[in-house]
Amino acid sequence: METECLQQTPLLAAHLRHGARMVPFAGWNMPVQYAGITHEHQAVRTGCGIFDISHMGEFFVSGPGAGRWLNSILTNNTEKLQAGQGHYTLMLNEQGGVIDDLIAYRTGEDSWFLVVNASMIPADREWMSARLPEGVNFKDDSAAWAGMAVQGPNAPSVFETVLPGEALPVRNGVAEFSTAHGRVIVCRTGYTGEDGFELFTEASHGVTWWDLVTAAGATPCGLGARDTLRLEACYPLNGNDLSPARTPLEAGLVVFVDLEKGDFTGRRALVAQKADGLPSRLCALRMVDKSPPPRAHYPVRSGGETAGELSSGGVSPTLGSGIALSYLPPALAATGTRVDIDIRGKLWPAEVVKKPFYRRPSA
Amino acid sequence: MPAPANTRFTPSHEWILSGQEISAVGISEHAQAELGDIVYIELPAVGRTVAAGEAVAVIESVKAASDIYAPVAGEIVEVNAPVAAEASLVNTDPYGAGWLFKIKLANHADADGLMDEAAYAASH
Repeated sequence: METECLQQTPLLAAHLRHGARMVPFAGWNMPVQYAGITHEHQAVRTGCGIFDISHMGEFFVSGPGAGRWLNSILTNNTEKLQAGQGHYTLMLNEQGGVIDDLIAYRTGEDSWFLVVNASMIPADREWMSARLPEGVNFKDDSAAWAGMAVQGPNAPSVFETVLPGEALPVRNGVAEFSTAHGRVIVCRTGYTGEDGFELFTEASHGVTWWDLVTAAGATPCGLGARDTLRLEACYPLNGNDLSPARTPLEAGLVVFVDLEKGDFTGRRALVAQKADGLPSRLCALRMVDKSPPPRAHYPVRSGGETAGELSSGGVSPTLGSGIALSYLPPALAATGTRVDIDIRGKLWPAEVVKKPFYRRPSA
Repeated sequence: MPAPANTRFTPSHEWILSGQEISAVGISEHAQAELGDIVYIELPAVGRTVAAGEAVAVIESVKAASDIYAPVAGEIVEVNAPVAAEASLVNTDPYGAGWLFKIKLANHADADGLMDEAAYAASH
């Protein structure tokens, strides 16, 4: 492993202090776990956890016409957002395949804040820069920011402790605060299936905020728990469950695609695919019996034929059974369909189930 | 967690007891800590004859599947059924209830040549 090439997060000192096990991820040296993945998973489902998301990309777009431009390269209807609101959206290639999935926040009338996947920062930046119109400002400011996701039912009370007297944004909302510890952007979003917020701050203030949030009761959580949490919630992971060869329609993300808003990159391909019928659908699979954990790339078989492969998989701490995602042909995509997962040459039965595997109890 | 004094270790983190005709085999305290939460264990068939270094079991943590190798040549004579049902026993008691299988050594002296705990601790 070429560790000397890995980028270091501004929160590294805090991770080492908390006894993190560090691993390479998307070109970054990142914490995979502290006390243990299952423990951290449960902390987020029942209390509050904090994740380092400094590796993710922070893009800023502004100027008259910025909203119109973003609407021409993203699937969701950016111009429906009011200042202070955000939403999940996707950036597609001309074939309708996914380049990246991201969250776009409207921070002002003509200003936007985008959070993109760590592994895609250079590709996204190049794609967007190549299409940037006159009069719109675009800045990849990823290196200047630390980010942390504070997630779990107790996240709102942690917010009250670390930013007393301030209002936590509404669901999917964004707000900016000037504090004694620098400028802070707070977004009421996350990747765990729980309530929570994401806090972005200047890199030099990152450890200070991490320490404030952990002192307020949040459990340090690594990428291991982040993966089991997002998989239970059926949130796709780009590079696993999303790819340039699959459309968001196949991924089941149609609610984040506005085909009526006007033209955008990839729209024509999506309209054609919708008319022709989807070649595959991203399905949720649950192992029927106690089995080895299903993992990404394991073959999916049906009647002795290969029907696809798992794009993600693992053991669900909440359900206590193996869960996975896989693109399957429409004939196998209906809830209740049985398929087999090939684990080291042995077939284990799995059933297509309704997404998500886990939905948080409504407040 | 200290291992019994006659515990011997392989470079691939399995343990076996020296001075036995039949010995339990497991993984080290260090290995279980490195793997993290263990969620599934695939054990070998009883009666299988194995060579030293042959992959005989699979331990699956949340993040990855890892092969477990026979520390010595011999025959698998028993597997630990409770650990197959409750894989986390390997995390909580790697030198006790978390043993994986018992092997009848082809040559009694084979385990004696492996590392003792001090040598093993110095090796990783």
